[in-house]
Amino acid sequence: MAGLVPAIHVLFGDEVEHVDARHKAGHDDVRVCGAGCKVMAEFLQLVFSGLTVGAVYALVALGFTLVYNASDVINFAQGDFVMIGGMGTVFLMAAGVALPFAVLIAVVAAVLVGLLLHRLAIEPARGASPVALIMITIGASIFIKGVAQIVFDKQFHSLPAFSGTDPIAIGGATILPQSFWVIGGMLALVFGLWLFLERTLIGKAVLATAANRLAARLVGINVTVVLALAFGLSAAIGAVGGVLVTPITLTRYDVGTLFALKGFAAAMVGGMGNPIGAVVGGLLIGLMEAFGAGYLSSTYKDAVAFVAILVVLLVMPQGLFGRRSVERV
Amino acid sequence: MPQTAGSRGLRAAAVATFAALATVPVPTGPSHAADPIRIGSVVSATGPASFLGDPEQKTLKLYVDQLNKKGGVLGRPIELVLYDDGGDANKARTFATRLIEDDKVVAMVGGTTTGTTMAMIPVFEDAKVPFISLAGAIEIVEPVRAYVFKTPHTDKTACQKIFEDMKARGLTKIGMISGTDGFGKSMRAQCLKVVGDYGITVAIDESYGPTDADMTPQLNKIKNTAGVQAVLNPGFGQGPAIVTRNYAQLGIGLPLYQSHGVASKSFVDLAGPAAEGVRLPAPALLIADKLADTDPQKAVVTEYKKSYETATGQPVSTFGGYGFDGIQILVKAIEQAKSTDSQKIRDAIEATKGYVGATGLYTMSPTDHLGLGTESFRMLEIRGGDWVPQEKK
Amino acid sequence: MLKTLLSSRLAVLLLLAVVIALVPVLAPSSFYLRVAALVWVFALAALGLTILMGYAGQVSLGHAGFLGIGAYAVAIGPARLGLDPLLSLVLGAVLCGLVAYVVGKPILRLKGYYLAIATLGFGLIVALVLTSEGAITGGPDGMQVPRMTVLGWRVSGIQTWYWITGGALLIGALLALNIQASPSGRAFRALHDSEIAAAGVGVDVASKKLAAFVISGVYAGVAGSLLALMNGFITPEAAGFMHSIELVAMVIIGGLGSVVGTVVGAAFLVVLPQALTMLHEYEQAVLGLLIMAFMILLPAGIVPSLRRLVLERVR
Repeated sequence: MAGLVPAIHVLFGDEVEHVDARHKAGHDDVRVCGAGCKVMAEFLQLVFSGLTVGAVYALVALGFTLVYNASDVINFAQGDFVMIGGMGTVFLMAAGVALPFAVLIAVVAAVLVGLLLHRLAIEPARGASPVALIMITIGASIFIKGVAQIVFDKQFHSLPAFSGTDPIAIGGATILPQSFWVIGGMLALVFGLWLFLERTLIGKAVLATAANRLAARLVGINVTVVLALAFGLSAAIGAVGGVLVTPITLTRYDVGTLFALKGFAAAMVGGMGNPIGAVVGGLLIGLMEAFGAGYLSSTYKDAVAFVAILVVLLVMPQGLFGRRSVERV
Repeated sequence: MPQTAGSRGLRAAAVATFAALATVPVPTGPSHAADPIRIGSVVSATGPASFLGDPEQKTLKLYVDQLNKKGGVLGRPIELVLYDDGGDANKARTFATRLIEDDKVVAMVGGTTTGTTMAMIPVFEDAKVPFISLAGAIEIVEPVRAYVFKTPHTDKTACQKIFEDMKARGLTKIGMISGTDGFGKSMRAQCLKVVGDYGITVAIDESYGPTDADMTPQLNKIKNTAGVQAVLNPGFGQGPAIVTRNYAQLGIGLPLYQSHGVASKSFVDLAGPAAEGVRLPAPALLIADKLADTDPQKAVVTEYKKSYETATGQPVSTFGGYGFDGIQILVKAIEQAKSTDSQKIRDAIEATKGYVGATGLYTMSPTDHLGLGTESFRMLEIRGGDWVPQEKK
Repeated sequence: MLKTLLSSRLAVLLLLAVVIALVPVLAPSSFYLRVAALVWVFALAALGLTILMGYAGQVSLGHAGFLGIGAYAVAIGPARLGLDPLLSLVLGAVLCGLVAYVVGKPILRLKGYYLAIATLGFGLIVALVLTSEGAITGGPDGMQVPRMTVLGWRVSGIQTWYWITGGALLIGALLALNIQASPSGRAFRALHDSEIAAAGVGVDVASKKLAAFVISGVYAGVAGSLLALMNGFITPEAAGFMHSIELVAMVIIGGLGSVVGTVVGAAFLVVLPQALTMLHEYEQAVLGLLIMAFMILLPAGIVPSLRRLVLERVR
C-alpha cells in the first residue's frame, strides 16, 4: 500500500488529472453496460449486499434457535457473542497474535462466556418463568457490554480482509472477497451444525431435548449438559460470525444489540426453533433491507423490512418454517 | 461520591498550593485554599455518541489532572464532577439538575450531542450557571442565551468550507449521503441551506441509519445518477468509514468529501486504502506536525496531541479538541474573573478574546457565544494514509 | 390478616400516597424530587404494561413507541398546530389508543415471541418516523416542548411537576387496581393462564386482548406527555428500543402483575443509574450484574418474592 501511493502520484501527476482519470473510468463503465444490463447490475448489487448482511443475521438467528430449542429461552446476549468474536480478534491481533490463533482464542473466549452464562446465571434460575430468564439474559448483555468497554475500548475497530479488498466484478456489480467468506462461512457452519445434530449421539440428544424435555430426561439424557452445549455452540457460532463480518461492518463494544435485534427478527420470521427457518429468515431480512434501501427509501429501509416481517407473520403466524403447535389446556 | 479527576492530583495540588501561598495572596475572601472549585460535566461517554463523548471525557479528565498538578486555579484545585448520560436527553437533564442542585458546580463543560445539550440548557439558564457545550448545532448559541456557550464549529461552517473547495475544483453537481444520527441530519440540513450560494446543485440525496453495516444500495443509486461530479457524506462514527469502503468497492471514482465528524486518524485506519483521495474539513489539530512554525495554533495543538495520545494511547480527534477548548476557556475565565462566582465567570467567558485553542481562534462577544470563524477549518486530503493540507500558503 | 392487608386495593393506594407525600419531606435537594418524579412517570408507563403483560399475558417490546407518541403530541400540538398543551395531552392519549387499536387488531393474533417481534417492529417504526420527519419532529436532535399553562398559570418547576406526576401515578394505580378486580380483569387473567381455556368459558379473547393493549398504550402515552412537559424538551430516543426493554424490565423486576411491584421496578431502574455513578466506568457492568442477581434470587420479581417471604415468616 505504501508503495502504491507514490506510484499513483507518478502516474496521474497533480490532483486535477487524478480526478479526470477517475471520471474516465466511471464513463467506461457506462459505455460497456446498456440500460437493461444496468437494471440487472443494480439488482445484483442489492442481492450481494443483502446476502452478506443477511448471512450474519442468519448466524445470530441460528444461535437463538439452538438455545431456544434446548431451553425455551431467548438469549438476548446472543449478539454480544458476535462482538466478543470480532473485538477479541482485533485486540489479540493488536497484541501481536497471528490471525488464525487470534480467531481461535476469541472464539474459545466467547464459548467460555456462553458456558459461564449458562452455569452461573441460567442454571441457578432453573424453574423461573421464561420472562425472568429473558430478563437475566438482558442483564447479561448489559454486563458483557459493560465489561467489554473496560477490557477493550469504546472505539470502532476493523480487521484486515482475509483475501484482500479488491472487489470482484460479476455482471456489472461488484462484491468484496470478504463477502464470500461471510456467506461461505455461514453455509459451512450450518452444514457442520446439521452434521453434528443428525450424525452424532450428543447432537441427537440435543434434538431429543428440543422435541420433549421431559421425555429426554426420562430416557437418560442429561438435560443440563445439553443446555450447556447449546449455549457453548451458539456462542461459538456467533463469535465466528463476528470474526467473518468485522472486516466489512467494523465492530465496537456495543454492536451486539443490533445483531440481537436483527437475529431475533430473523429467527421469528423463519419460525422459532427451526434452523432452516433461521437461515432463510436472516437472508430474507438482509435482502429486504437492501431492496428497501435500493428501490424504496433508504431512510425507511428498516421499516420496510419490519413491515415485510409483519406481513409474513400475519399470513403465517408461526413464521415460514415454524411448528404448528397446539396450545395445551 | 461522583467521579472526580481532582482527587488523584489532590495531594500534589495541596503541596503546590502551600508553596504558592507563601508568595501569592489568597485571591478570594472566605474560601479556603484547599477548597476545590467544582466544575461539572455531562457527556455521552457510552451509547451511540460515545465516539464523541469518550474523547471529550478523557480530555477533560486529563486536563483537570494537569491543572491540579500545576497548582489548580486561583490556588485552588479543580474537582471535575463527571456524569455519563449514555446519549439520552432525559438522563442528561437529570444529571444537569444533579450538578446544579446537589453538586453545586460553578460551571459546566459538556453536552456531547445537540439533543442532550438542548435538554440541559433550561437547567443552567434557570440556575444562572455558565454552560459551555461541546455539541455542533447552531441553535445552541443562536439566539444567544446568557449562560450558554459552545466550542465546536457549526455544521454550517463545515458545509461552507466543503462547498468552497468544490467550487474551486469546478464541481457543480453533487450527490449526498448522510447519516440519520443527530450529527449527520443536522449537517445535511445546514448544507442544503447554503449549497445554492456556491452554484452547486444536489442531484441525489440519500441517507443511512447510524448502525447500518452496508451502504452499497444507496451508493449504487448515486452511482447511477447522471451527471454527479462529487459526493458529500455528512456523518460520524463507523458510517462514513463504511461509506468510503463501499464507495471504493463500487468503483465510483468521483471525489468524495467527508465531514469534520470523522476528523481523526481512526477514520483513516477504519476506511483503509479506500480513504485515499478523500477530502474533509478539519481543525489544525490533525496536522499538528505539518503546521508552519509561524502558525499561531502550532504550539497548542502539538502539546494537546502529545498529551492526549500519551495518556490514552488513542489518536486525537476533533471532539477531544472541543473538550480541550471548553475546559481551557472556562479555566481562563475563572482566572480572569478572579472569582468562582458563576455570574463573574459568565462575564469572563463572554469576554474571551483571541484564545488560541485546538479547534481554532476564539473571540467571543455578547452577540457571539462561539466566536470561531471559517478559518479554523483546514481542507485536508488523505494521501498515503496521512493528511495533506490543501490550502495555498 | 396481614395477607388481606397486603393484597387490599386501599392498602396499596395508601402506601403509594404515603410514599409520594414523604419523599419531598426527606429529599435533601430538588434533584431528588426530579428523580422521584421520573420514577412516578416511568411507573405510570410501566403500569400499562402490567395490565397488558401481568394481567392479560401479552408481551410488548415496543411500548416506548406509545411513550414517544404521547411525548411528541404535547410537543407538536402546541408548537406546530397551535393547540392547547392540555388538549394536546388528551389528544395524544386518544391517538395512542387509536394507534394501539389499529396496530393491535392484526398483530394480537400472534402469540408469545411472535407478538414480541411484531410489537418490537411497531416501536422501531415509531422511533424511525420521529427521527426521520425532521420538519415536524425536529429530527434526532429533538424539539422544545412549550411550557404548559392552565387557566393562565404557567406550570413549571420541579415541585409542581413532582405533585402532578405523583397524582397521575396514583390515579393510574387506582384504575389499574380496579381493572384487576373487575370482571374484565378476571377475564384478562384467564387469558394469562390459557387462552383456549378462557375461550372455552366464554371470554371474547380477541377483544379482551385488544382492550388490554389499548389501555396499556394510553398509559404509556400519558406518561410520555408528562415526561415531555416536565423536561420541556424531547428527543426520539424516548421511543427507542432500549426504553421499551427498560419498561418491560421494570414490570418483570418489580414483579409481574403487581402494582406495587411495578413502582418498585421503576424505582430500581431509575434510581440505580444515579446511585452507580460513583463506580465510574464500571457502572454498566454492575447494573447488568444487579439485574441478573435480582432475577436469579427473586425470580418472581422483587415484590411478590418478598411478600411470599414475609407471609411465610408470619405463618
